Amino acid sequence: MKCAELLAALNEYVDGTVDPAICEEFQKHMAGCNPCQVVVDNIRQTITLYKEGKPYQLPVECRQRLHTALRERWKETHLRGAPSPS
Amino acid sequence: MTKTITPEPADAELVRRAQGGELEAFEALTNRYELRVYSLAMRMLRQEQDAEDVTQQAFLSALENLGGFRGDASFATWILRIATHAALKVIRKRKGLDTVSLEEATEPADGYDAIPHPEYIADWRQSPELLVHTNEIRRLLDEALAKLDEKHRMVFLLRDVEGLSVKETAEALGLSEANTKVRLLRARLQLREELTLTLGDPGRRITRNLHDH
Ligand SMILES: [Zn+2]
Repeated sequence: MKCAELLAALNEYVDGTVDPAICEEFQKHMAGCNPCQVVVDNIRQTITLYKEGKPYQLPVECRQRLHTALRERWKETHLRGAPSPS
Repeated sequence: MTKTITPEPADAELVRRAQGGELEAFEALTNRYELRVYSLAMRMLRQEQDAEDVTQQAFLSALENLGGFRGDASFATWILRIATHAALKVIRKRKGLDTVSLEEATEPADGYDAIPHPEYIADWRQSPELLVHTNEIRRLLDEALAKLDEKHRMVFLLRDVEGLSVKETAEALGLSEANTKVRLLRARLQLREELTLTLGDPGRRITRNLHDH
């Protein structure tokens, strides 16, 4: 396996869905290629950072508007007679 | 909030009760997912008003279509998919496209051939666990994400941030799975590159000429 081939299999390797035979080659390559090893580490860390980061808060007024809209729509579809047409 | 020790009802249970006409159950589902939907919309659209509109549309649409929800996917996946569709509409509108799918517009299928090789390779100075809560990092993450092409960003957000499967991501965006995978790879590599420029330890940089084999 060459570095470029490793790149092509990177998704599957990181996601743990790689074919076992390719996985073995992948690991063999990494054992002898520090740059690829570091790239794989970096990618894992990148995903972790984005996954764990909670960058936003829902503004209070925004949340209130959302729930008001939902209650109104709920009334329209549930109370005025028949179930919603579909 | 609640002092009872009874476990929170599962999503499926809340869906069932909401389908049976319990508004409280639907609001409980909304409470559970509103921040996630809003955050996804913010990251996709980077504009508060649009993110709020998309969040509202998504839950209203879920409310109206709840009767048709059969539980093939989880409620989480379902609501994220609805929100994605709403966000795509906003993006199309911004671009002045009416009917053309954003994802198919005038673009040859991506291949693996043109995937850029990693340039800046270095171990990071700190582990992500230590980095994740600082403001500096949040800004860095935002900026790196903003630099991605929309088509790559959308795939990364659904697959890696929200944890949808490749298949679910492809369906939500109207893409083939093959194309989704290539876009995911591009997104991951580009984000890695951007983050490593800042987070990489220069003293441990590995130069590229060692990497040509
Ligand atoms: Zn290599």
